[in-house]
Amino acid sequence: MSKDSSFVVERWTRLSALSSAAAAVLLVVLALGPWLFAANVVDSFTTLFVYLILAVMWNALAGYAGLVSVGQQAFFGLGAYFAILLSYYGVEVYLALLFGAAIAGLLSVPVSLLMLRLRGGEFAIATWVVAELAHLLVALDPLINGETGVSLIALNAFDPDDRRAYNYWMALAAMVVLLALVFALLRGRVGASVQAIRDDEDAAESVGVGVLAGKRAIFFLAAFGCALAGTLWLATLISFQPQSYFGVQWTAYMIFMVLAGGLGTFEGPILGAVIFFLIEYFFGQTGVWYLAGLGAAAIVFALFLPRGLWGTIEDKLGIRLLPVGYRLRLLRPDMDTDVPGSPAQNAAVLPSQENAKAAIK
Amino acid sequence: MIWVSQLINGVLLGGYYALLACGLSFMFGVMRIINLAHGDLAILAACVAFFMADSAGISPFVAFIGVLPLMAVVGWLLQRGMLERSLRAGILVPLLTTFGLAIVVENGLFEWLGADTRSLAPDIGDFAFDSWAVTGNIYIGWLAALIFAVAVALLGGLKLFLTHTSLGRAIRATAEDPDTAELVGINARSVYATAAAIAVATAGLAGIFLAMRETFTPYSGPTQLIFAFEAVVIGGIGSLSGTLIGGIVLGVAQTFGAQINPQGFLIAGHVVFLAVLAGRLVFAAVRTRGGFHGLFARRS
Repeated sequence: MSKDSSFVVERWTRLSALSSAAAAVLLVVLALGPWLFAANVVDSFTTLFVYLILAVMWNALAGYAGLVSVGQQAFFGLGAYFAILLSYYGVEVYLALLFGAAIAGLLSVPVSLLMLRLRGGEFAIATWVVAELAHLLVALDPLINGETGVSLIALNAFDPDDRRAYNYWMALAAMVVLLALVFALLRGRVGASVQAIRDDEDAAESVGVGVLAGKRAIFFLAAFGCALAGTLWLATLISFQPQSYFGVQWTAYMIFMVLAGGLGTFEGPILGAVIFFLIEYFFGQTGVWYLAGLGAAAIVFALFLPRGLWGTIEDKLGIRLLPVGYRLRLLRPDMDTDVPGSPAQNAAVLPSQENAKAAIK
Repeated sequence: MIWVSQLINGVLLGGYYALLACGLSFMFGVMRIINLAHGDLAILAACVAFFMADSAGISPFVAFIGVLPLMAVVGWLLQRGMLERSLRAGILVPLLTTFGLAIVVENGLFEWLGADTRSLAPDIGDFAFDSWAVTGNIYIGWLAALIFAVAVALLGGLKLFLTHTSLGRAIRATAEDPDTAELVGINARSVYATAAAIAVATAGLAGIFLAMRETFTPYSGPTQLIFAFEAVVIGGIGSLSGTLIGGIVLGVAQTFGAQINPQGFLIAGHVVFLAVLAGRLVFAAVRTRGGFHGLFARRS
């Protein structure tokens, strides 16, 4: 960017350096989880990690690439299905979980050829149709017994305590790797280009941003991440029923987590996943009222707090825990300006231009 | 012979889809919103009609008189209370809020009426299953024919309304460009609210017919939304006559699919939808970029 001496572009602040270090320490503690926590706490953390993966993936799609998908449950379900298939044909079960997700992720490539040509609401419902179709086709497989479903029996060979620890570590590792991938993608060229596309697709295209390439990368990553979340869910649940894995409620959860935490912020969905986990823990037994409440909360957040809880905190205090954006520091004092992945609601000229410039640099 | 019979059934089913899709297409045409709660609003109307029949013995045909204005009010309030604000917040927000609304409506209906599968068929007597025998083994159901006729009348009436009345012209002007419409004295806010009222009332109409011809649960809405959307896209988005054609293509595909496999009903519909989508993109690529390689090339 500019070599003009009136400002400097920074990625790191003292706070983001400190919080990144704190995150690293937290990770080390979490890695020791199965030795430190009680069994039910370990299971709860595994569930939280799965939610977190889903939230971060959906945010990458909607918050950064501007793709509101109502069909990510397609990959969640397909990942689990392929894992069962691989295990049935003799692949070691934990490898089957990983490769199952990989196959579902690869399947997103041909799907994206069609889907990414669509915009807005068309994309939303078309992805939903893909999820419905995947559900119907999987239920046709005799191995699955229709809606009755099937169990991943190979997992029963493990001692329950070992299995709990393996699931936990696999979920933790998946979460860390996926977060790191999203982080790397967003900090780099792809991140800048997809945000420019999100803010104004035509303007981005006019300054030479590769519209499709960036979207494809994010779509593939989100498909793989959701598929991995699906296989992890299978690992903890063992049973597979098409109806629950391909249910649109997963999208409802993802939308709630991302909107509550902060659409288009890196830390937001992490906060959103924790909030969702706590709400489910305390109110999950209230059944449909709890679901209706999630829907209502999503409406309220979308209308009145479009940057979510984290985004609002970030805007009010000007803090940024992880160095995912650019910070423009003017050399005259008291003139710090944050140039993050631009807030969705004030699609101001400056952030869009910054994103576009960074993308074509 | 079975295929001829299925073809007729499919075409008539297409009438129902056109009816269902009409409001979705209309709302998109005017406000550029795809209302993800469309199917759930149809089911809301079905539930209200069911409640009236169940608790007061009101015939579903009489229920139309009460439910449709009620749904129009719901549409008006929806626009003023939620969509108006969503529209100002950007293109993604209406999707998020209408999806949230869908979840609220379906779970609210579940809380109200429970999970039971219901139908209005018992409340309309012989009409639910009577039919004309065209030849020995081809029958046309009265209800299916009525729904088809209503769909054609509604789509045609809406088209006439849009071209020949001043409110219709105001709606079209606002759809074209709300700011310019305001300059010539049109109140865009109230035009939008009127359009939303019409769209939701037609969803209610479709919902009550759905309840007459088959069963429904509080969670039937999303499937209806998908059918409606498929009909709209197959027929060409924003075109009312296209919606009827799209509905018929979807209906025929589904009834033929059902002949092949019990699950084929849904699968065939989805496959035809995706095929039309793919075909259209390939066609556009061939036309604008001069060859099939253009489809895979990066846009420059």
